[in-house]
Amino acid sequence: MSTVLTTCPYCGCGCGFYLHTEHNKLVGVTPSQEHPVSRGTLCVKGWNAHEMVHHPERLKYPMIRENGVLRRASWEEALDFTARKLQEIRDKYTTESIGFFTSAKVTNEENYVMMKLARGVFLNSNIDHCARL
Amino acid sequence: MTNSINEFQNAECIFVIGSNTTEQHPEIGARIIEAAKKGAKIIVCDARSIRLVKYAAVHIKQRNGTDIALLNGIMNVIIQEDLYDKQFVAERTENFDALKTLVAKYTPEYVSKITGVPADDIIKAARIYATHKKSMIAYAMGITQHICGVDNVKTVANLAMLTGHVGMESTGVNPLRGQNNVQGACDMGGLPNVFTGYQKVTDEPVCQKFEKAWGVTGIPRKVGKTVTDMLAMAHKGELKALYIMGENPMMSDPDTKHVEDALKHLELLIVQDIFPNETTALAHVVLPGCTFAEKDGTFSNTERRVSRVRKAIEPIGESRQDWQIICDLAQRLGYPMKYSSWADILREINELTPSYAGITPERLETGFGIQWPCPNKDHPGTPYLHKGKFTKGLGTFVPCEHIEPNEVPDAEYPLTLTTGRVYWHYHTGSMTRRTNLLERECNQNFVEIHPDTAKSLNVRNGETVIVETRRGSIEIPTKITDEIVPGLIFVPFHFTEAKVNLLTNPAHDPVGKIPEYKVCAARIRKKG
Repeated sequence: MSTVLTTCPYCGCGCGFYLHTEHNKLVGVTPSQEHPVSRGTLCVKGWNAHEMVHHPERLKYPMIRENGVLRRASWEEALDFTARKLQEIRDKYTTESIGFFTSAKVTNEENYVMMKLARGVFLNSNIDHCARL
Repeated sequence: MTNSINEFQNAECIFVIGSNTTEQHPEIGARIIEAAKKGAKIIVCDARSIRLVKYAAVHIKQRNGTDIALLNGIMNVIIQEDLYDKQFVAERTENFDALKTLVAKYTPEYVSKITGVPADDIIKAARIYATHKKSMIAYAMGITQHICGVDNVKTVANLAMLTGHVGMESTGVNPLRGQNNVQGACDMGGLPNVFTGYQKVTDEPVCQKFEKAWGVTGIPRKVGKTVTDMLAMAHKGELKALYIMGENPMMSDPDTKHVEDALKHLELLIVQDIFPNETTALAHVVLPGCTFAEKDGTFSNTERRVSRVRKAIEPIGESRQDWQIICDLAQRLGYPMKYSSWADILREINELTPSYAGITPERLETGFGIQWPCPNKDHPGTPYLHKGKFTKGLGTFVPCEHIEPNEVPDAEYPLTLTTGRVYWHYHTGSMTRRTNLLERECNQNFVEIHPDTAKSLNVRNGETVIVETRRGSIEIPTKITDEIVPGLIFVPFHFTEAKVNLLTNPAHDPVGKIPEYKVCAARIRKKG
């Protein structure tokens, strides 16, 4: 079994905990004793944060809607489709007819590249997330 | 937060308003209880008898939507009884006279009529908060989710400045952020008006800096649209495409029918997420992202601590880290983003963001994160803000008047509906509702009702009733409890089986654009 020190994905407290893994599968969580926020404790959501990762309903491949139904697609196809459609809409209307919702759930680095995509690539300030919700 | 989580345990007074802290920020709730056990005076302002009430010196049950009146009343008492910090007000603030003039009419008796709080409790709370040196304020969405959310926050800040409870350990104005990286999403410029570190998009030199670093021209100098605005634009056909990463507006946004219509108007809806949800169900393309356990990077917590997220397992199925998906798209759009890892991205953030400049990948490898502002690699980080001086110089009092909520109870809809969360679940439930133990503890929605209200409606505990507002209706079992005031009902928003956001009012703050989830008019009918 190996352990990795990481940060809880739930509330804004930002507790530090260890994820325990066995054969590329998460098997449990233990709080960091020294972390200034968690101090060896966690709430019930933190203690169980590993479980949903392996839930069978995880989205495991890209999907494209065809005739009203989402069907499986390869990454190449899904990314090509998405890029082409975004370009078509930008060219047909204006860049401001596109909006970007970034996320309070993903990392800082991921928020940064989403922001760069909106402002730097699409020259568009329509970027926000659910901070208010 | 202006201050840090561990400062709560050394506070002498903690003023909690609009935060169910033990359920929503358990570690902070634990600190507050620790402080109370050491003798700190706790003031709780909440119409529900949350767990912290057991430790409270005063429990104020203000009518939902009357926080400004309450806080103005507390300031009225503090000024009348000469309990304010004259030196702090003189040296570090401006516009005090305007505040003094405005709050003069908010006498405890006047405020009592607006809020329903006994005048004596207002006086007691004012004295406790003002006369302790280490007084901290904690608030959450109970303050912000109102049509006057911005004025509520300004009024909280007025109270802290009036008493000089800023810029020292165990003081300050401490909004508790509800999501793991909502602080980081804001810090990274995931807002329509700012780049990273709150550098304004209307600031020419800032735009030029980003254009140069990114090798582009034409970054718009104007503020973009908020979530609320974009959904309204989609509804009107003005927004054609929406790229949603890790959000579920079909559950989290007010007035779900309106949201659904808006999303159905789009020519292109891209949704990147980890589970199928109410929003992916409407998408034209679904891109599978990874969970926290499958990625490397950083999160920023509510006390501005930037901490490492470390990959423990390989991505499930074909899912990919969200930053890689965005880079792959950018490549196809003719703008290569060549990052080999999260660390490359953070280095670019360090270069472009003064408050994150010293928070480098190397420094984060050991220890437990660094609190911004951290302007250089030798800086230890900043546990509390505004020491000696406010960022902007003098702190400006912005006096605000009470306004009534957008929708108040009437003959047709005689109850007040408020929404929130429970301890066992998180936001729209897509993760916690897929966790056995949490589902075992709490697997269905409920509407909290006071016994008097239940009696007048002739409903029993656990009976499924119909809760209705002007926007929709849901069927939901009752939970009769005297932990809520008569006339108020509470429903959490985690449960897709009875979506409370079908009922909520999309009316929002004109500046902050935050919807008024905490107050709308509702009624309850017996089924059949």
